[in-house]
Amino acid sequence: MKITMTVNGDSVTSEAEPRVLLVHFLRDVLGLTGTHWGCDTSNCGLCAVLMDGVPVKSCTVLAAMASGHEIRTVEGLATGGTLDPVQQGFMEEHGLQCGFCTPGMMLTARALLDKNPDPDEDTIREAISGQICRCTGYATIVRSIKWAAAHPAGSSQAETPAETPAEETAEVPA
Amino acid sequence: MQIPAAFEYARAESLDHALQLLAEHGEEARVIAGGHSLLPMMKLRLANPEWLIDINDLADLDYITEEGDTLRIGALTRHVSLLESDAVAGLFPLVRDAEKTIADPLVRNRGTIGGSLCQADPAEDLSTVCHVLRTELVIRGPNGERTVPMRELHRGPYETSVEQNEILTEIRWPIRPRSSSAYTKVERRVGDWATTAAGACLTMGDAGQIEDVVIGLTAVGLDGGTATRAEDAIRGQQPGEELYAEAGRLAAEDCNPVGDQRGTEAYKRHLADELTQRVLRKAVERVNSTAAARS
Repeated sequence: MKITMTVNGDSVTSEAEPRVLLVHFLRDVLGLTGTHWGCDTSNCGLCAVLMDGVPVKSCTVLAAMASGHEIRTVEGLATGGTLDPVQQGFMEEHGLQCGFCTPGMMLTARALLDKNPDPDEDTIREAISGQICRCTGYATIVRSIKWAAAHPAGSSQAETPAETPAEETAEVPA
Repeated sequence: MQIPAAFEYARAESLDHALQLLAEHGEEARVIAGGHSLLPMMKLRLANPEWLIDINDLADLDYITEEGDTLRIGALTRHVSLLESDAVAGLFPLVRDAEKTIADPLVRNRGTIGGSLCQADPAEDLSTVCHVLRTELVIRGPNGERTVPMRELHRGPYETSVEQNEILTEIRWPIRPRSSSAYTKVERRVGDWATTAAGACLTMGDAGQIEDVVIGLTAVGLDGGTATRAEDAIRGQQPGEELYAEAGRLAAEDCNPVGDQRGTEAYKRHLADELTQRVLRKAVERVNSTAAARS
């Protein structure tokens, strides 16, 4: 069947069997291998992409069901050669080690920050709770997302929020 | 690599179109909504439909509407909408209790209440929620609409009274004054199916007694979905620890858990007892705190 969807802003059309999963359509048909493919059972969340802005596990969505929808993958996070603040956060706070879970984590983080620009730690942990990391152990991933929340315009703004904790400390009475 | 066996795909443009497609393609056609139960089963060849009828475009089946003394929920309403709805949490707090424990946020973005109920998994949480809320279900078929009570929806594990040429369209929860509810679940890890879970909805009388109550248990083989002996024992009584203990004891006696990798039969029976007590205590607290807030 003919499948047409918008992927990272571009309209794409291709023939695929109805049983082709979105994750394989992205990787094998479109060659967008940034979306990783893990457990196949909607448990691990490696394959998370945004469908109309909402994180979904692309191993449990048929490409046919995504037809007509807007998909955003990790390849669509950076704009015009500038990394998304979430990507910068993962670099600044060492949010990845092996990198296998990273694309899905970053997309879920992007969707969270679009909905809630200033999430607390519990909210961040809840948002990524459908995804499994087996090396950094979440603490640095949470810090990476916090970094992105504190730097909505990316590293060009890095100086301003970094000064805030110093001012707070100065206000503590002796 | 887990890939479903080959099938044909059709996207429904309206409810009537979906019914027409089901009639056209016959026995081996299945409706797909969120797909988070059906697709995994198809990958494992536990389900092998020849046609999938995709109803995700039927936005008019995705709603939460209060109308008189009924909260009407469209069958295509996603778990995330039920979890985030303040209207639902205000009227039926057990729904949010349960939704918080269902799978994970990404699954909840796709899965639907109609799909959960039609999957008829004995360990599924919203089925117990619907038993406890004395739910009525609206089912549409080629000859029009019919309503069935929740106790008539499930014929057994993975089997419902929704016929092959029919679609569940609406879930109706009756709104009662001086009522509240609670749900609690023990799971091996976050997002797992229940080892055991319990839900209760109760209405308090003018004299502070439990005027009416429904108790449900998940994943422990409770006949009919509700613990009727426990309900009968506490209906009309003043709430208190001894009464909760009695209800827990009867509920545990009446369930039929099967030992498996999630726990032994004795452990699950213990949970049925303890969780029944906790949801009754919580539901009573909630009715009282709502009443206190209003006075």
